[in-house]
Amino acid sequence: MGFPHPSHSKETVVLSKYFGDADARTYAGWVKRGGYEALKKALGMTPEAIIEEIKASGLRGRGGAGFPTGMKWSFMPKGDNKPHYLVCNADESEPGTFKDRELMRWTPHQLIEGCAIGAYAIGAERCYIYIRGEFTEPWHVMTKAVEEAYTNGALGANVFGSGKRIDIVLHRGAGAYICGEETAMMNSIEGRRGNPRIKPPFPAVAGLFGMPTTINNVETLTAVCHILNRGSAWYKGLCLSSPKSTGTKLFSVCGHVMKPGNYEVTMGFPMKDLIHDLAGGMRPGRRLKAVIPGGSSVPIMNAAEAEAALCDYEGIVAQGSMLGSAGFIVMDDSADIVYEIYRLAKFYAHESCAQCTQCREGTAWTTKILERILKGQGKREDLDLLLDLSEQMTGKTICVLSDSCATPIVSGIKKFPEEFDAYLSRAKAPALAAV
Amino acid sequence: MSGTAHAAHHDAPHQPVFVGKVKDKLDALFPKYPTRMACLLPALWMVQEERGWISADAIAEVATVLGLTPAYVRGVATFYTMYHLHPVGRHFIQVCGTSPCHLCGSDEVMKAILQQTGCGEVGATSPDDRFTVVEVECLGACGFATPILVDDDFHDSVTPERVAGILARYP
Repeated sequence: MGFPHPSHSKETVVLSKYFGDADARTYAGWVKRGGYEALKKALGMTPEAIIEEIKASGLRGRGGAGFPTGMKWSFMPKGDNKPHYLVCNADESEPGTFKDRELMRWTPHQLIEGCAIGAYAIGAERCYIYIRGEFTEPWHVMTKAVEEAYTNGALGANVFGSGKRIDIVLHRGAGAYICGEETAMMNSIEGRRGNPRIKPPFPAVAGLFGMPTTINNVETLTAVCHILNRGSAWYKGLCLSSPKSTGTKLFSVCGHVMKPGNYEVTMGFPMKDLIHDLAGGMRPGRRLKAVIPGGSSVPIMNAAEAEAALCDYEGIVAQGSMLGSAGFIVMDDSADIVYEIYRLAKFYAHESCAQCTQCREGTAWTTKILERILKGQGKREDLDLLLDLSEQMTGKTICVLSDSCATPIVSGIKKFPEEFDAYLSRAKAPALAAV
Repeated sequence: MSGTAHAAHHDAPHQPVFVGKVKDKLDALFPKYPTRMACLLPALWMVQEERGWISADAIAEVATVLGLTPAYVRGVATFYTMYHLHPVGRHFIQVCGTSPCHLCGSDEVMKAILQQTGCGEVGATSPDDRFTVVEVECLGACGFATPILVDDDFHDSVTPERVAGILARYP
C-alpha cells in the first residue's frame, strides 16, 4: 500500500502526525506519543462537560454533512434507561475520498480513543465501527488494535479503572456504497438490506436496534481526542476564514495532480495552494480544467471557481459547490468531462438501493442517455431531458444518493456546455463504441 | 479472512459450515449484538471464507442457524456485491474503474489484467479457473490509482507494466 508523503511545511499536522510511523500503530507506541490521555481525561469529566467542550470547539462532522458534532451528541436523551449506541462510520466509499482509510491504517488507536470518548459522552456502552468490506488492510489493523486496547484496559467492563464499560465491535460491510448513509448503515448492522430509512424518527430517538444512536465519521471522532487534550479554544483558533469552520481537515487530492495524497490543512486554506503547491500541481504542459471537491456528490467547479475557493464549509459553497467529504477529484485539460460525468452516473446507478423510483429509474436512465451521447448518437433534446430527469431526482427521495447523481450532471451541463456540444454536433469522435 | 478457498463443485452434497471452529467463531459473536439477525453479514462472510462462495444450501444453513428464512437471507445476500452467490476462480480480482482512477488510466490496467488472466471480459472466470475479474466501484484509494484487490490483498498504484508481476504471486 502506498506510503504517505512527508508533511508539507504548509500543512497543519494534527490527525495525520503519525502517518507512516509504524510504531504508532501499536498500543505501546500510541501511549508513548501521548495516546489515551484524552480518554483518561474524559473519564474524569461529566458527559455534559465533554459535550460542551466539543460544542465550544466548533467541530463539525467530517463525513460530508458538516453537522456540529457537539450538538449532535446533545440530542441523545438522558436518563431514559435504554441502551445507547455509538456507530462509527468507516464505510468511506465516496469517490475521491481516502482519508479514513489512512487514519485507520496508521493510527487505529487514535480512532479507538475517539470512539471511547464519544461513547462515554453520549451514554453508550457499545460502539460499532462499520468498516467497508473492501478495506481489508484497515480491517486487520483495527482488529489487532481493538484486541490490544482490551488487553490494556482501554476498553472493556472497567475502562482504566473508571468503572465505566465501553465495548467496541468491528462490523464488516460487504460492498454497498449506500451503507455509508447513516440509516442504511444501521440497517446493515442489524442484518438487513442496506436501504436508508425515512427520517424522522432520527437516530438519536430511534436508531440502531430501535435505540438512541449517534453516528459519527472516523475523522470526526479522531479530532475529538485532540480537542480534549488541547482544549476547545486551541481548536477554534485553527481557522483561516469562516469562523463557522474550525480545526484541521484532511483533504484527499486525487486525479490529475503530480502528488496525489492526503493533506491536512487548517480550515479556510486556499484551494489554489492545495492543488498547485501541496499536491504538486498539474502534469507538465497541462492546465487545470475542473475540480469536484466534495467527493463526487457535489457540483463540479471550473478552474476559476476552484482557484478562487477557500477550503472550508462556507468557502466552497461561495464558489458554487460543497465541501462534502473533501475528496478533490482534479481534472486537467486532457479530461473528458462528459465521460467522467457518465462514469459517475454509472457509479450511482450501480449503487442505488432501488427503493425509491426517482433514484432507481433516474440513475439508470441518465446513465443510458449519457452513454448515447458518448456513442455519438445523442440528440439536442438530450440535454433538456437530462436536466428534467435531474430535477425529478432532486429532493424527492428517502436519501440523497439520487441528488448526488443529479448534481454533477446539472453542473457539468451548465459549466461545460461546449464539451457536450462537441459530441452532439458530431465534432468529436465517439468515446464509446456504438453497439 | 483467509484466502479464498477453491469453489466447491456444484453437485457435491452440502457439508455444514457452522461446525467446530466456525461455529465457535459465530457463537462468540452473539453476545456482541442484541439480536441474532445482526450476525447475518458476519455469518455470510464466514461461509464465503470457508467455501469460496455462498451456495443455496449454505444460505439455508445460515437461515437455520440464525432463526431466519432462506428467502430473507438470500434477499440480504443479494444486496451486497462482495458476496459470491456463484463459484468464482481461485483468485478474485477487483479493479477500480470509478472516475478518479479512470482519469489515471484504470482502463489500461483492466485491459492488461483481462488479457493476462485469460478472463477476456469483465465478470468472467479464466478457463483454468484461476482468476475471476470484476470492476469494482471506488476502492477508497483514489490517491493511489489504480488500486486493485486480489482476494484480500490490496495493491496500489498498479500500472499495466506491473500486472504480470502481481499475477505471478497468485498460482
